[in-house]
Amino acid sequence: MGLELYLDLLSQPCRAVYIFAKKNRIPFEFKHVELFKGQQFTEEFKKVNMLKKVPALKDGPFLLAESTAILLYLSRKYNTPDHWYPSDIEARARVDEYLSWHHTNIRANAPKTMWIKVLIPLLTGQSLPPEKLQEVMEGLATSLKQFEEKFLQDKPFIVGSEISLADLVAIVELMQPVAVGCDVFEDRPKLAEWRNRVEEAVGEELFQQAHELILNIKELSNIQVDPRLKEQLTPVLLKMLK
Amino acid sequence: MVVELYLDLLSQPCRAVYIFAKKNNIPFEFKDVVLFKGQHMSEEFGKVNPLRKVPALKDEAFTLAENTAILLYLSRKFNTPDHWYPSDGQKRAKVDEYLSWQHTAIRAQGSKVFLIKALVPLLMDKPFPPEKLEGAIEELNSTLKQFEEKFLQGKLFIVGNEISLADLVALVELMQPVGAGYDVFEGSPKLAEWRHRVEEAIGKELFQQAHEAILNVKDMAAAAAQLDPQLKEKLKQLLQKNLK
Repeated sequence: MGLELYLDLLSQPCRAVYIFAKKNRIPFEFKHVELFKGQQFTEEFKKVNMLKKVPALKDGPFLLAESTAILLYLSRKYNTPDHWYPSDIEARARVDEYLSWHHTNIRANAPKTMWIKVLIPLLTGQSLPPEKLQEVMEGLATSLKQFEEKFLQDKPFIVGSEISLADLVAIVELMQPVAVGCDVFEDRPKLAEWRNRVEEAVGEELFQQAHELILNIKELSNIQVDPRLKEQLTPVLLKMLK
Repeated sequence: MVVELYLDLLSQPCRAVYIFAKKNNIPFEFKDVVLFKGQHMSEEFGKVNPLRKVPALKDEAFTLAENTAILLYLSRKFNTPDHWYPSDGQKRAKVDEYLSWQHTAIRAQGSKVFLIKALVPLLMDKPFPPEKLEGAIEELNSTLKQFEEKFLQGKLFIVGNEISLADLVALVELMQPVGAGYDVFEGSPKLAEWRHRVEEAIGKELFQQAHEAILNVKDMAAAAAQLDPQLKEKLKQLLQKNLK
């Protein structure tokens, strides 16, 4: 049995894994796990990832969760071009540094825009006061400033002149606010240029294809949300509403 | 010049780096960055890590932040024993999986309990309502359940029979609530046994030495009492914001 990737392209880490696999012509079976339909709660999926999260990988009997672990696993197993995770020890450390920092910065802040603009209205039928969005945008701005100053600096990509896993993981996350109308690239020319370079390195067509669903998220406003998903999201929801 | 490690052993990721370097006889210069004295805000440290966080590494002209990146860099540069970051593709992936998951799980929840239980009473003018701590403990406990069921399972260590970076990073985080007086190992025999195995693999003496500061609440209180007022104000705002 071949490689299976469990994905929903609405999720940013899933898009990173999808783009990476496609770009590197890694043969895989796309297992669609529709989050809004609560398919992450099925018995079948729980056997793949008991954390009930996507992306998840199944390679024969081997199971793996967490997007960065999956990306690294694929890069090793399929011996993808060196630039994705450079063998040079200092360049590699730069990728690791970004992948670690990312979790509690860009990844923590960017999706909050999606919560406020789409998920909370969808789940509760109510909108949050505009101050909430402003607060979130300020948090994101702080992270983006650090991203530009510490990680990107004046280089074409995070580790230098070529795209790496760090750029890929960063860009998919930053497309989440873009999709809900908070264009973080507007007024940030350096960041916008970096985005163009990353898109080009990935390939415009593949990039567009991977982001088609999320960039049309507003069409989902009438979707029926699975009650188990509502339940799972409630703690996050309560925190955001405070 | 040997590698410089900028550390404060009150910080859990610093302890992981410290233990790893010591255990593997990696020669390094210990650069003290006393967080309670605001030394991470100094000009000098800003050049090493503009993010103003410890741990940080400086190796000649090369500087590196983020604990997991530092651990991996050291493991490669000093070619440490394979079990820390196994060359086997699947085992290595399991270490990566844990190192990724822990950021917003064990690390986030364990720190929160520590901040509310240990730092809030030392720094804030009035205590938080008890529900705050109860909520944080509840979240930590459900994360610990995932840790046992998904990561530890019935194995000796996270990736099997030997200690890896995943176990080290996990244990230093779990000692943080312990330092604050919330013993996560009490009433959890499987977790307690794992802790003993990890301590033994590291060496009891080194483990104790690295944890002396965090397990000594009195000293921490004394350090907090001498905090620079400006820094104290900053920390208070940070706590207020993070613990909303």
